[in-house]
Amino acid sequence: MGKEIEKTGIPVVVMCNLIDVAKTVGSNRMVQTVSVPYPLGDPELSAEAEWQLRTSRVEAALNALAADIAEPTVFPSKF
Amino acid sequence: MLKAIHYINQFFGQVGGEDAADAKPIFHDNLVGCSMMLNQMVKPDIEVTNTIVCGDNYITNHTDEALKEIFAWLDTKKFDIFFAGPAFMAGRYGVGCGIMCKAVAERYHVPVITSMNEENPGVEEYKSVCCIFKGGRKATFMKDDVTAMAAFAKKIARGEELLPAAQEGYFPRGIRAEIPQPDGRIAADRVIDMLLKKLKGEPFQTELIIPKMEKIPPAPALKDLAHATIALVSSSGVVPVDNPDRIQSASAQKWGKYDISKLDNLPEGVFKTIHAGFDPAAMCHIPDRGIPVDAMRYFEKQGKIGKLYDYFYVTVGTGTTQAFAAKFGREIAAELNAAKVDAVVLTAT
Repeated sequence: MGKEIEKTGIPVVVMCNLIDVAKTVGSNRMVQTVSVPYPLGDPELSAEAEWQLRTSRVEAALNALAADIAEPTVFPSKF
Repeated sequence: MLKAIHYINQFFGQVGGEDAADAKPIFHDNLVGCSMMLNQMVKPDIEVTNTIVCGDNYITNHTDEALKEIFAWLDTKKFDIFFAGPAFMAGRYGVGCGIMCKAVAERYHVPVITSMNEENPGVEEYKSVCCIFKGGRKATFMKDDVTAMAAFAKKIARGEELLPAAQEGYFPRGIRAEIPQPDGRIAADRVIDMLLKKLKGEPFQTELIIPKMEKIPPAPALKDLAHATIALVSSSGVVPVDNPDRIQSASAQKWGKYDISKLDNLPEGVFKTIHAGFDPAAMCHIPDRGIPVDAMRYFEKQGKIGKLYDYFYVTVGTGTTQAFAAKFGREIAAELNAAKVDAVVLTAT
């Protein structure tokens, strides 16, 4: 899905848990998520910690969209 | 008689469904679930001695720990062949089988055999390092898929000649073995035949297949994030609670778009996930865990991005064929381009 969107020139950042799968299907900008059932959250954390986690990963994704890359790249997140 | 060990996931290992996907490895001194069928089929050349059961989340998210535990146990066992699956179209299960087969082959140097449907992401990732038989889409194909795995293992056990991947029925590993042409015709004759067929516009088959995976060059970076319009796209299955477009919970054949222009987050009870590929409780409780409208709105207010696009686009990513996923991508891209959206954050599960 992402690939077809990127083909039209719109940069796409894929946020997913299994990064190796994203790589094999040809994603270019990637940020790893927490898990499959809760990609951008964690029921074990406090509300504050979860918010920090979610904003941190989304911020990494936004920065990835503004980053020039030559090849598939995984962008790390602080939390 | 050769000995074999069989790896299966929590579901087929009778631990439980999604709720048990975090289960740590369980080592059985007997056979559990479909291991019994496999054992029946490989007799009398091979005996399946043990079943290893592990949760799909555990093996894919805690791979190092899982392998450490499994190796500690496997080190005490004697076995000649390793089986995993069949995994059908179950994505995490397929990746789990691939992880196991790769690791076992590297450490114990024994044949590793599994089975997956061609749409399983585990195929692309692991087909070069293990024999992945071409399997059915779902568990109703259990007998067929186990039969294929067992038949190949028996050939190995009997020392029979192993044929190229396409003839044995597994995904080619990208290994080229030099063999004399079975019909004895020399290369010059064969290539001229091919050329003549090509000139006549007839179908012909190359002897040197070069697999290709379509790569898209990275789109140029956004120059000005602070003025960019960014859209959320997702395969997480988060939709309005009544699922107005009736998007399928698995093997989706459509996508939906939903207005978020007046929302700062996706409230529980207004949105939920209909995704059938994982335990939906956590995402139904806080749908922003799947589609982070709240975080995107926050960054919009902060001025980090220009605008969060007024709609999000969503489908369900489990069991969905690549052909449908590509179609959805093209349709959504057309809308995004028409709306002058600059970039996409795509959340996948």
